[in-house]
Amino acid sequence: MQHINSGDTAWMLVATALVMFMTPGLALFYGGMVRSKNVLGTIMHSFIMLGVGTIVWVLYGYSLAFGPDKFHLIGDLSWIGLRDVGMAPNANYAATIPHILFMAFQMMFAVITPALITGAFAERIKFSSFLVFMVAWMTLVYSPIAHWVWGVGGWIRNLGALDFAGGTVVHINAAFAALAAVLIIGKRKGFMKEAMHPHNLPMTILGAAMLWFGWFGFNAGSALTSGGLAAVAFVVTHIATAAAALGWILIEKIKTGKPTTLGAASGAVAGLVAITPAAGFVGPIAAIAIGFTAGIVCYLAVGLKFKFGYDDALDVVGVHGVGGIIGALLTGVFASTVINPAGANGLVHGNPALLGKQLIAVAVTIGYTFVASFIILKVIDAIMGLRVSEEDEITGLDLSQHSEIGYALGGFGGGTLEHGASGSVFQPETSSEPSYAMQTNPLNERL
Amino acid sequence: MKKIEAIIKPFKLDDVKNALSKVGVQGLTAYEVKGFGRQKGHTEVYRGAEYRVDFVPKVKLEIMVDDDLASQVVDTILNSARTGKIGDGKIFVFPAEDVIRIRTGERGKDAI
Repeated sequence: MQHINSGDTAWMLVATALVMFMTPGLALFYGGMVRSKNVLGTIMHSFIMLGVGTIVWVLYGYSLAFGPDKFHLIGDLSWIGLRDVGMAPNANYAATIPHILFMAFQMMFAVITPALITGAFAERIKFSSFLVFMVAWMTLVYSPIAHWVWGVGGWIRNLGALDFAGGTVVHINAAFAALAAVLIIGKRKGFMKEAMHPHNLPMTILGAAMLWFGWFGFNAGSALTSGGLAAVAFVVTHIATAAAALGWILIEKIKTGKPTTLGAASGAVAGLVAITPAAGFVGPIAAIAIGFTAGIVCYLAVGLKFKFGYDDALDVVGVHGVGGIIGALLTGVFASTVINPAGANGLVHGNPALLGKQLIAVAVTIGYTFVASFIILKVIDAIMGLRVSEEDEITGLDLSQHSEIGYALGGFGGGTLEHGASGSVFQPETSSEPSYAMQTNPLNERL
Repeated sequence: MKKIEAIIKPFKLDDVKNALSKVGVQGLTAYEVKGFGRQKGHTEVYRGAEYRVDFVPKVKLEIMVDDDLASQVVDTILNSARTGKIGDGKIFVFPAEDVIRIRTGERGKDAI
């Protein structure tokens, strides 16, 4: 067995848990931005990916993405069901931590990436179709692209493009799948006519804060070791995020007169996205430039959906797509071998060729994910329909897809128990004693 | 004067309000209410326990109007709140005694 470094392993265990925490963070970030009738449906889209993404990854996703290379395009199935993925390190990926820990770290990325897409089709997708899409997308889009960029033998990795923590694989990839989804599923009923305000901004801001926190694992963990590189990635992640939050509220103040909390939260996320590919390659001042640029440009980008009439409900394209492209290209501008000798110099350090490689990586990712996602969604739409019925959309996803409501604050009219959990039919009591329904229905307790 | 009360589907509120503004209604009060009628409710499920919920969320409007405007207001609500499906709601019309604007003390038609 190769030597396992306990410091590296301890850090990567923590980093993996931090990245896991981003997905519920995303659930709250998105959940607060929809109307209250869709809060649970929206949270569920992210939360259940911890289930779907994990199982797909363990069964075959990890093997497709990181398994032994086939034609520089895909991994083979020799690690199916995590066969041969054990405690011994895999020197190709992370020589000082158990291979199974590297797999778990990557698993959290495979969970959150599809969850990012869900902001685009929020408030109108059918849950069953959503699940089918996610399995197909992880298989046919995420795993191949992860292999190209990160897998040993992957052709983008061989090209020499830099992507420290997943600007292309995670953010650009999710965003252009989101764009395909928006085009196929169509607008929410009433889009650009009626108000579709965020129903719970404190929830959204809490979610953004959880994303910020978890992102330290995402970016600094991508060093795959505990040391100077992880520390640099950690610090520049924080700096870019701070600059982006400020950039967004600054342009907002200039454009509309008031800095908003949703703007600060959105700016922070845009900054996190943009610094992701650059985190292990740039210094603090470059991080400010990347974050500030992302904050301002992403603000301008999210306004475009109204011009085009595309209902990207929660701005996946504007924040993750545009932020991801800014990050990938500015990595080609600011990357420095002083920060990371294993990286490359960018434009400002005398190497314009890197910018070209970054452009190729971005363009190919956009092209592949858009076309493949478009086809997958078209097929699912034809077979089972992507959208809920108009009636279900008006009712909201919480009741129509999950038979629940997010906020039981009314205090009356909460209903009566019909069937217990076992499925047994409830017999109403005829005596004057309080009925079982009265005792167990949380809504009735408030009477 | 008449007091018009209407129970409507919540998502129709903006349409009804905009339509009423066009016929000269200058103000109204809206409540979120729950009620039951012919429209069926729904089932909620929590950890496998099923709850029958008969009370359906609705919006209730209260509008005070001069007698001349009353029938037009009723027609406007009929047209703007109707979906043709069960649960579109009801309109109630009552005779009203008086209206007083608190700031000025104006009464009757002037205070509407």
